[in-house]
Amino acid sequence: MPSSATPPVITTDKLTKRFGHFVAASELTFQVAKGEIFGFLGANGAGKTTAMRMLCGLLKPSSGKATIAGFDVYTQTEKIKRRIGYMSQKFSLYDNLTVSENIRFYGGIYGMNTAAIRTKTAELLEELQLEKEAKTLVSDLPLGWKQKLAFSVSIVHNPDIVFLDEPTGGVDPVTRRQFWDLIYHAADRGVTIFVTTHYMDEAEYCNRVSIMVDGVIAALDSPTRLKQQFGLDNMEDVFYELARNAKRKAD
Amino acid sequence: MRTLFFLLEKEFRQIMRNKGIVRLLIIAPVIQLILLPLAADYSVKNISIAVVDNDHSTASQRLIGKITSSGYFKLTGYTGSYTAALSMVEQEKADLALQIPAHFEKDLVRENSQKLYVAINAIEGTKANLGGAYLSSIITDFNDQLRVDWHTTGTATTSDAPQITVAASNWYNPYMDFHLYIVPAILVTLVTTLAAMQTAFNIVQEKESGTIEQINVTPLKKHIFIIGKLVPFLVLGIILFTLGLLVGWLFYGIVPVGSFWVLYISLVDYLFAMLGLGLLLATYSTTQMQAMSLSFFFINIFNMMSGAFTAVDSMPGWARAIVQTFPPSHFIRIMRMVVLKGSGLSDILYDLGAMALIGLVLNGWAILNYRKTA
Repeated sequence: MPSSATPPVITTDKLTKRFGHFVAASELTFQVAKGEIFGFLGANGAGKTTAMRMLCGLLKPSSGKATIAGFDVYTQTEKIKRRIGYMSQKFSLYDNLTVSENIRFYGGIYGMNTAAIRTKTAELLEELQLEKEAKTLVSDLPLGWKQKLAFSVSIVHNPDIVFLDEPTGGVDPVTRRQFWDLIYHAADRGVTIFVTTHYMDEAEYCNRVSIMVDGVIAALDSPTRLKQQFGLDNMEDVFYELARNAKRKAD
Repeated sequence: MRTLFFLLEKEFRQIMRNKGIVRLLIIAPVIQLILLPLAADYSVKNISIAVVDNDHSTASQRLIGKITSSGYFKLTGYTGSYTAALSMVEQEKADLALQIPAHFEKDLVRENSQKLYVAINAIEGTKANLGGAYLSSIITDFNDQLRVDWHTTGTATTSDAPQITVAASNWYNPYMDFHLYIVPAILVTLVTTLAAMQTAFNIVQEKESGTIEQINVTPLKKHIFIIGKLVPFLVLGIILFTLGLLVGWLFYGIVPVGSFWVLYISLVDYLFAMLGLGLLLATYSTTQMQAMSLSFFFINIFNMMSGAFTAVDSMPGWARAIVQTFPPSHFIRIMRMVVLKGSGLSDILYDLGAMALIGLVLNGWAILNYRKTA
């Protein structure tokens, strides 16, 4: 559990993104501590992906401030990119490369040398229990395995923070559970996890969650305290309580 | 530099694994290079001619004999009426109708002049043009021969004015073999398609599958990414070009007169420019469909305007100026100069420089326009 003593690795102050007149993300202000699992919830179209893309340096904010691992999101995006991992909604491994070729490629473009890649590959394959599939094309793997592999590849370079955009969409409950084991394992090693999800059982796994409604953070606290605050039994009801008043149409 | 190695390794793995690409890049161009020059042959043969002979004289017979023995024409009609001949033209049975008037021989001897009438079916422009030209050159030749005949036999001594004849000889392609002229140009159009289209497709595919976003969150430098995309297609282009030269030699017996070094240096220069175009188009497209439409637009214009099939010099000045910005126009010129004439580097400096400049602009533009951060 992160203590308030550790300096935050993500800090945002009124971070805003406008597309024309449409405010996709409005004045987001929050902090995430090192090693924390931070859940980022919200209905479709609430602005989660926009917020995440700004933090990753894929999208320029319209106004506000944010630092990731101490670097500014306006001017130091390339420095940020050395310190973060990212797993997008779209599946992002190369289908026509094998499992170990994908690991090798991403390790390589993060500047790892061949020896380091070799040890890392062996380590990952063991953790994922994919040793036998090392030479299998990614296109031949079941979706759940692909997602787990994609997560491992996104942290191949030992980043400080990893951003996961709906990483478990379309994955069966057993594999989701295994996926979260991987997340916990990474968090134990000090990797900060920033994760969006639609599964409320997953929200319960997070140290803290924020719930976005119409581009604004409507609530932010630990799952236990949020449930207390709203006097409800589970996160599902908390989410429904907040999100049902949304004006924006889902995408 | 190490990241570039990993990028290239990945690109080549993907290319080697994609059987479709190998087929598309190697087999299809070879087939096209064998077939297309057969169609793009400007030497027209087998022109059907209908002759209306109203004279039935020795002279008219000799003229007809000369026409049919030229090898260009085949006599498909021999009638006494112009209407009959014209209806043959209408029915597409004849491309040309030649009318030899009555008293052709007599008037030729007596008045030393005679008029022949030729009607040409101009629906097929090239055939009509060339047919008409061939025919008038045969008739001129026939005319000269008559004069010589009469001169030696002494039948006609009047108004035999001295004549100036122009003897043209075709340098570098003495038999006017159109394959020699067209095969290098077709090879250029094939390299064009590969370079511009496949590069654009390759990058846009990464956009569609989302892998480019994964690359964009890495610290990979933009220009390294672009070089990583350029090099594999440069290699494929060189392979394609080499195959094309082989096909040209095997099927058309074309062996470049000039040096292979000059050809390959020019090829790399050309590929640099055209790959730049492919990259640029990719930065402006989000789907492969868009990339296809965009690249088709340019490739069509390039193929039609760069002098592959028609002479650039026959275009108006402003159009010629635009064509100067088309890399294929320079490379086609270089190809013909080196393959046919054996030109060296110093002869093609202008074209090399122009392609390098265009390449720098296109690649620079592509790097600027490729954004890792939206």
